[in-house]
Amino acid sequence: MGLFAAIRRVGRIAEPAPPRPESSAAPTLVRGSLQLRHVDAGSCNGCEIELGGCFSPVYDAERYGARLVASPRHADGLLVTGVVTRNMAQALRDTVEATPQPRVVIAVGDCARNCGEFAGGYGVLGPVSDVVAVDAEVPGCQPTPTEIIHVLRQVTGR
Amino acid sequence: MSAAGAAGMVLQVAATAAGAPLVVGGMRQVRARLEGRAGAGWAQPWRDLRKQLGKQRIDPAGTTVVFAAAPFLLAGTSLLIAAIVPAVTTASPLDPVGDLFAVVGLLLVGTVALTLAGIDTGTAFGGMGASREVTIAALVEPTVLVAGFALSVPVHSSNLGEIVAATVGDPGRVASPAAMLAFAALAVVVVAETGRLPVDNPATHLELTMVHEAMILEYTGPRLALIEWAAAVRLTVLLALLANLFVPWGVADAGSGTVGLLVGLLAVAGKVLVFAVVLAGVEVFLAKLRLFRVPELLAGSFLLGLLAVTTSYFLAAPG
Repeated sequence: MGLFAAIRRVGRIAEPAPPRPESSAAPTLVRGSLQLRHVDAGSCNGCEIELGGCFSPVYDAERYGARLVASPRHADGLLVTGVVTRNMAQALRDTVEATPQPRVVIAVGDCARNCGEFAGGYGVLGPVSDVVAVDAEVPGCQPTPTEIIHVLRQVTGR
Repeated sequence: MSAAGAAGMVLQVAATAAGAPLVVGGMRQVRARLEGRAGAGWAQPWRDLRKQLGKQRIDPAGTTVVFAAAPFLLAGTSLLIAAIVPAVTTASPLDPVGDLFAVVGLLLVGTVALTLAGIDTGTAFGGMGASREVTIAALVEPTVLVAGFALSVPVHSSNLGEIVAATVGDPGRVASPAAMLAFAALAVVVVAETGRLPVDNPATHLELTMVHEAMILEYTGPRLALIEWAAAVRLTVLLALLANLFVPWGVADAGSGTVGLLVGLLAVAGKVLVFAVVLAGVEVFLAKLRLFRVPELLAGSFLLGLLAVTTSYFLAAPG
């Protein structure tokens, strides 16, 4: 079987885990288990590619207890990427509202923190913190999976 | 009702309740390792459940008592099945009153409760998931019954404990064509019933392809924890039942002492572990079937079940 041979040949792809960062002030309930819902509020999709990388076999964010889920109702954390555009502002507020307490909102990328490249655009309402309360930020345009996972680990404490 | 049987029942319910999330975690871990990932660890489902239990409960606007009651119905029926099936012991006090038909009925009660809850939310995905789940359940339940008949014909009883006890007494029965066909049919059905690949992908985030997940999209906090725990219990119990119907050795009976019960517990835990690892390993090699191909797979498994019954009638000694 070709796939079986490939599994044996490749072995473990996940890179060794970097040292554990200090825990943030996030709610202690989500220690060790953080289910995440991703919200694209108006991103260029650069951050999405890096988020995809976080959950790939190489970076494997799942080993720190983080997991992507399909519904904000199941989530403890929201990963918001991109500037908040006028069309997505209400959708973002609704998504945060649908997420049960205690919840963590993580703004990923420079656009989500301070509008970055798109500041002043006609469709741009503002950074994420103008629309909903933000608990953690990941700087960078775009942030690397290592930087995103660093912040995720501060929340999960693993 | 024997004291050993009652103790065995308590033991198997407690072991299933505590161990089921670990089975799911172990299967995820096997899958992660085969994909080259490090994995979250086999105890991760328990961490998730503990956290969900402490979270806020949200009642979505417009939902009724159907939505609120479904997790309890699902969990209750799952625990009841765990008490009935011959996992640790064949002499469970509930075994005489709950045979194959009762187990299939209880499975269906849990499924229907969840589908009604999916419809009750009024969302597009909830209704879609419910319709898919009912489509699958309508094909799965007859197959369980028919494959079960094939095993019960030689024993002259539809009682699961007696079927398992008869197989322990006559090991040659496992190698009969009827038993092998029934095993193939039941294996496909367990995969479909518990929402594993290739029928449903338990790790999907894509609403359009969901079956089980689509129905529970609106659940939060403690209710979500209850549903996920019950789903894990169903998977574990069905694996234990499948294992004991075809590899029954080690199972305790009415005359077993403490040692016999412990051996029964270890035996069933080992068997479930092997089945779970094999199931998770096979899943890595499978892609999800297109929804309209799923009835073909299940019809095939029903045919196997039908053949098993026919064979068991023809090959049964006529007197």
